[in-house]
Amino acid sequence: MKNKDIILQLSVRSIRLHLLRSVLAALGIVIGVVAIASMGMMGANMTLSVTEDLSEMANILVVKASSGERSGGMPGPGGGGAPGDGEELITEKQFSDIERIAAKYGTVYAVHSESDTIEIGDSRRRATIYGLDPDILPAILTLQDGAYPKSTTSVIVGPSLAERMDLKLGSKIDIGDPDEGSVTTVRVVGIIEERGMSMDLNTDSAIIGSDKLFTMMYGGEGEYDQVNVILDDINDADLVTTVITDELNKKEEQVSVQDSSRMVENITETIGTLTSFVMAIAGISLLVAAVSIFNVMMMSVTERVREIGILRSIGTQKTEVRKMFIYESGILGVIGAVIGAAASIAIGWVVVLAMVGSTEYFFAPGSLVYIPFAMMVGIIVCVVSGVYPAWNASNLDPIEALRAE
Amino acid sequence: MNSTPLIELREVSKIYPLPSGDVIALDRVSLSIQEGEFMAIMGPSGSGKSTLLNQLGCLDRPTSGDLIIDGKNTRDMDDRELTSLRLNTIGYIFQKFNLIPLLTAYENVEYPFLMKHRKPDDTGHVSGLLSMMGIDQALAIHKPPELSGGQQQRVAVARALVNDPRILLCDEPTGNLDSVTGGQIMEMIADLNRKGRTVLMVTHDPTVAQFAQRTIIIRDGRIA
Repeated sequence: MKNKDIILQLSVRSIRLHLLRSVLAALGIVIGVVAIASMGMMGANMTLSVTEDLSEMANILVVKASSGERSGGMPGPGGGGAPGDGEELITEKQFSDIERIAAKYGTVYAVHSESDTIEIGDSRRRATIYGLDPDILPAILTLQDGAYPKSTTSVIVGPSLAERMDLKLGSKIDIGDPDEGSVTTVRVVGIIEERGMSMDLNTDSAIIGSDKLFTMMYGGEGEYDQVNVILDDINDADLVTTVITDELNKKEEQVSVQDSSRMVENITETIGTLTSFVMAIAGISLLVAAVSIFNVMMMSVTERVREIGILRSIGTQKTEVRKMFIYESGILGVIGAVIGAAASIAIGWVVVLAMVGSTEYFFAPGSLVYIPFAMMVGIIVCVVSGVYPAWNASNLDPIEALRAE
Repeated sequence: MNSTPLIELREVSKIYPLPSGDVIALDRVSLSIQEGEFMAIMGPSGSGKSTLLNQLGCLDRPTSGDLIIDGKNTRDMDDRELTSLRLNTIGYIFQKFNLIPLLTAYENVEYPFLMKHRKPDDTGHVSGLLSMMGIDQALAIHKPPELSGGQQQRVAVARALVNDPRILLCDEPTGNLDSVTGGQIMEMIADLNRKGRTVLMVTHDPTVAQFAQRTIIIRDGRIA
């Protein structure tokens, strides 16, 4: 005999003898491994994709007021958004303090924002209006077409809004509800490149004008909805956050700082939790497979009672008998896991493509690691399923076993 | 013959508790067997012959009394030690051959050798034993169901001898064989005894029992 582990040989031959039954049992493991690996890879690809998207803005701190209200300013045109109604705003003094603290770590700018009705030709809808210092715009927004606004009658628009409302350079937009107040007409001078979801500014469907245009429409000069800090070095995030909160919240809590890197962490954590949940559901298929393996192993023990009696009577230790059945369930697990791993690459690819929309990160270590993980779980499940039948077999009374037909 | 017996039973009883009442399979049996002895155990069905052989083969433990093999009381041995005793000291030949159906004839004989030595036989010992039993290489690669009863029993004898046991236990070794093959098997067993092995054999057949130097009769669990 070439392979000298005769116990292993007995296990292999027993599987071969009942090939169909063994293949069906291993198929359960294949399905379980594929389910776990595919779901894991889907989650990993989702996390990697989102992390990549969000990491571009991970160096942004957003400072918002914790107390205080917009005090002055005239009502907005057309009652658009009724600014000042209980919104918490950053004061000029607070902005100056933040600028003093954070300017050496990056770019600091204040943001006015409001949601208002807009009208382009006959179409009317609502959109976010941002008011920013025109000098800061080139540093934070990239244009795909046109120029940055320089006057109180010109604006730039997000690409989604431009596409939906068929806006082009030179298009006119009426901001404000004519039924509720005055309307300001502005002209599109530029279209921004897509930025996607972001914590600081969501510009894809927004209109961005100068801060003067904004205060002209809504008032609120010297008061801001938020202050954004774009850090030169992401590692300064904690330091700047601490200094701002320590200084500005000395007496009472005036501002809160949102660290976008924490948001990225939170999102990836949430995706991770969801992935674990989905994998746990996928794991149910392995549980079903475990029952199948257990059943097959119990059948194997029942069919081989006499053989067990012979083995024991000629000097086979209980541990060897146990090993024989554990090997058998382990082999089923290894076969199922290997086939499952191969199938996971194909099925996982399809799942990732369908659910995430991109397989860019499919072969990333963080994604592929779910294949050996699922294999390991599959094999462990199989081996554990074989423990009781093996224990049962090893504890058979040799005399009773020898009497079995 | 040595004065210290190789096997000694002292007041050995085996009782099977059943709902309908205890069944006494062996009733305070005392027996001494010297090394090199060939003893036949006879008796009617249900008399306790096989129970006695199972005790001698350490497949079972007495309910009471002591079984001493080579000076060691089996009562003091755990399952691992009893299994080792079966592997190293006792060779078992069954009426139904009891070969492992998943293994070839060669592998069946090699199996106890591998269990004992943890390495394959590279000395030709297994092949030699099979040849001695009249099983050539062509037959040795066959699995038990592909062999005749006589051939299977020859393989079983070779398997019983592979670890060079001091005691050979035979449970109706010719029970499933025709008279010619049975005679050949008995000649082999007698020859092994002549070479110094202690042979204990359960049989119904007085012709077979004639090969033994001593015959004991069991009736109702007792030596008559």
